[in-house]
Amino acid sequence: MHIQEEYSERHVLSLMVTNEAGILARIAGLFTARGYNIDSLTVADITPDHAISRITIVTNGPPKVIDQIIAQLDRLVPVHKVTDLTANGPFVERELALVKVSGTGEDRIEALRLADVFRAKVVDTTIESFIFEITGTTDKIDNFVALMRQIGLVEVGRTGVVGLIRGKEPN
Amino acid sequence: MAEKSGADILVECLIDLGVEVVFGYPGGAVLPIYDALFDHPKIRHVLVRHEQGATHMAEGYARSTGKPGVVLVTSGPGATNAVTGITDALMDSIPMIVITGQVPTQLIGTDAFQEADTVGITRHCSKHNYLVKDPAKLASVVHEAFHIATTGRPGPVVIDIPKNVQIATAPYAPPLSFEHASYKPQTQADASAIATAVEMLAKAERPVFYTGGGVINSGPKASLLLRELAELTGAPVTSTLMGLGAFPASSPQWLGMLGMHGTYEANWAMNKADLIVCIGARFDDRVTGRLDAFSPNSKKIHIDIDRSSINKTVEVDLPIVADVGNALTDMITAWKTHGHKAADLSEWWARIEGWRARNSLAYPESREEIMPQEAIAELYRASKAAKDVIITTEVGQHQMWAAQHFGFEAPNKWLTSGGLGTMGYGFPAAIGAQVGNPDSLVVCVAGDASIQMNIQEMGTATQYRLPVKVLILNNEYMGMVRQWQELTYESRYSNSYSDSLPDFVKMAEAYGWTGIRIEGPQELAAGIAQMIDTPGPVIVDCRVAKLSNCFPMIPSGAAHTDMLLDPNQIAGIMSDEAKALV
Repeated sequence: MHIQEEYSERHVLSLMVTNEAGILARIAGLFTARGYNIDSLTVADITPDHAISRITIVTNGPPKVIDQIIAQLDRLVPVHKVTDLTANGPFVERELALVKVSGTGEDRIEALRLADVFRAKVVDTTIESFIFEITGTTDKIDNFVALMRQIGLVEVGRTGVVGLIRGKEPN
Repeated sequence: MAEKSGADILVECLIDLGVEVVFGYPGGAVLPIYDALFDHPKIRHVLVRHEQGATHMAEGYARSTGKPGVVLVTSGPGATNAVTGITDALMDSIPMIVITGQVPTQLIGTDAFQEADTVGITRHCSKHNYLVKDPAKLASVVHEAFHIATTGRPGPVVIDIPKNVQIATAPYAPPLSFEHASYKPQTQADASAIATAVEMLAKAERPVFYTGGGVINSGPKASLLLRELAELTGAPVTSTLMGLGAFPASSPQWLGMLGMHGTYEANWAMNKADLIVCIGARFDDRVTGRLDAFSPNSKKIHIDIDRSSINKTVEVDLPIVADVGNALTDMITAWKTHGHKAADLSEWWARIEGWRARNSLAYPESREEIMPQEAIAELYRASKAAKDVIITTEVGQHQMWAAQHFGFEAPNKWLTSGGLGTMGYGFPAAIGAQVGNPDSLVVCVAGDASIQMNIQEMGTATQYRLPVKVLILNNEYMGMVRQWQELTYESRYSNSYSDSLPDFVKMAEAYGWTGIRIEGPQELAAGIAQMIDTPGPVIVDCRVAKLSNCFPMIPSGAAHTDMLLDPNQIAGIMSDEAKALV
């Protein structure tokens, strides 16, 4: 007998939650307990009184499972609202990465040239290295990192995705 | 305002919230609370023998009275011992508040004596939980916890209180009313969905009401409404294990329980229906059997207070998020307003009668051995004279036989561990039910294996003079495990024999109970009558046929229509796919 894999699709979920101790564990634990996937997760409080946080989760799963994830999140006591940005689009999503690249000579110039194409900024430099700051969709960052790997990638730090619905209305 | 200690605030809150009974066990980290209880005789404290017992007692109390059950345990092992009961209450939607002591805040995280990460451990087995670090916040947390535990889909809420927070002081006034910022369960159904549901029901040719524990949780009124709607429509009613009693077993519209050990007529009606109205049930795997063969030609309406229960395993045509009682009220009103009359379902009923004629709950008679089914049937007959009967069960074959052969007429009289399937639930649940219903006949139907999982609570029953009756169907096996080994593993009885059983009669005597042994069919009626008539707690060691199996049965991974009616239908070895299912 073999375990069957199911078709899955990527969704960006935006949650408004009470900013309290344990909230992140509650959300993350729900995903592990029920076998859902987390591709990325970001969290920060977003109101002047620090009472509410926005959590953005990139997940993937079959459409039925995505619906379940939303329903399960929605019934957690400190969760105010769950929005499926992917289903309620269009929306904007961005991720920030810091990418450290080392190299000399032609590699260094090529790294700068590619950074220019990707509109990445140099935020630190030594004679033999750069740290680039790049913002964009997950795909764009993946592509940039893949190119840098060929030149001399040292390491990457990524924030995970944040997203908002387009237009004047809130999520 | 005069300040009170955290422990006093907690106890004041419990009194303000109408708590009459607390099931608990003291320990270092709850000593201040126990000291505060000493001054408050209004709250009755039931001292258990093990914290798991306290949680199941609270469940039994809650399920039989409709009030939340309250548990008080200490930190560390006190809290971890309570985890099984908390999980059980979550799975079966039982309102429960568990108050746990914690090491003082400055010691949290230092691996202090009897420290455990209680909020971490219970985060995913409770409906919600709190660690209270400030006595000034304790009152609002306690009131909020009761609100959350008892509204929406009920469940267990854990409040972890460090010892220094129990001693530190703060002002206390009972909160008047509050609206929670994010917790707002939807209790009222969408009017257009109700209208559609009633239209579908009026047009259906082969409707079935499939009801569950949600009807019980909604309160006794919901059971009356279910009866009314069933009568108006003339449709048959089946129920899950958790929903037994919401619809009277004596009604001609009653099909019996459905699912793995449900009746032939209930499961075939589900399979051939053109409309399923699921009311407060959740399409559990024990109910649906093989999903792709589950009620293949029906439209499905699902009424549930928990949106996440809808479309979780079975996709439905009409979801209705609401409290069952409210939705039923609206449906009955809409039915009457539209002047609907019960459709002619005689053809449907004729088919159902055909299935019913198979008499799927029949069992072989024996003059030598007590058939376990007969023991339940005898208990049912004998307890009819009692004013009020509450039946609890442990988990296993005896549980299914009790569900099949005891006829329940009213809600809150049947207490069993459905979702988690916790052996060790039934006996403490019976104690809790007896505490809440001192004049009722409370009988725990147990197996010889299950009863040993919380048998220490015999002392609790003795101490509080609780006249619970424990009817052990003793077949010297973990019968359901053995049954599955017969079905799946060619009767290789790996570790399912109950070796070294205690002498239950002597055990009863050791605790100051009455012990009765029933050894043969001729003694059955007299033995059960003696159990009921004996004042005080009684254990009955009823020696039943050792190798009886529970039928009918839908093997795991099979469709409703592949039901086994008797052991002769068992053939060969199961596939790995079927073996891998629970």
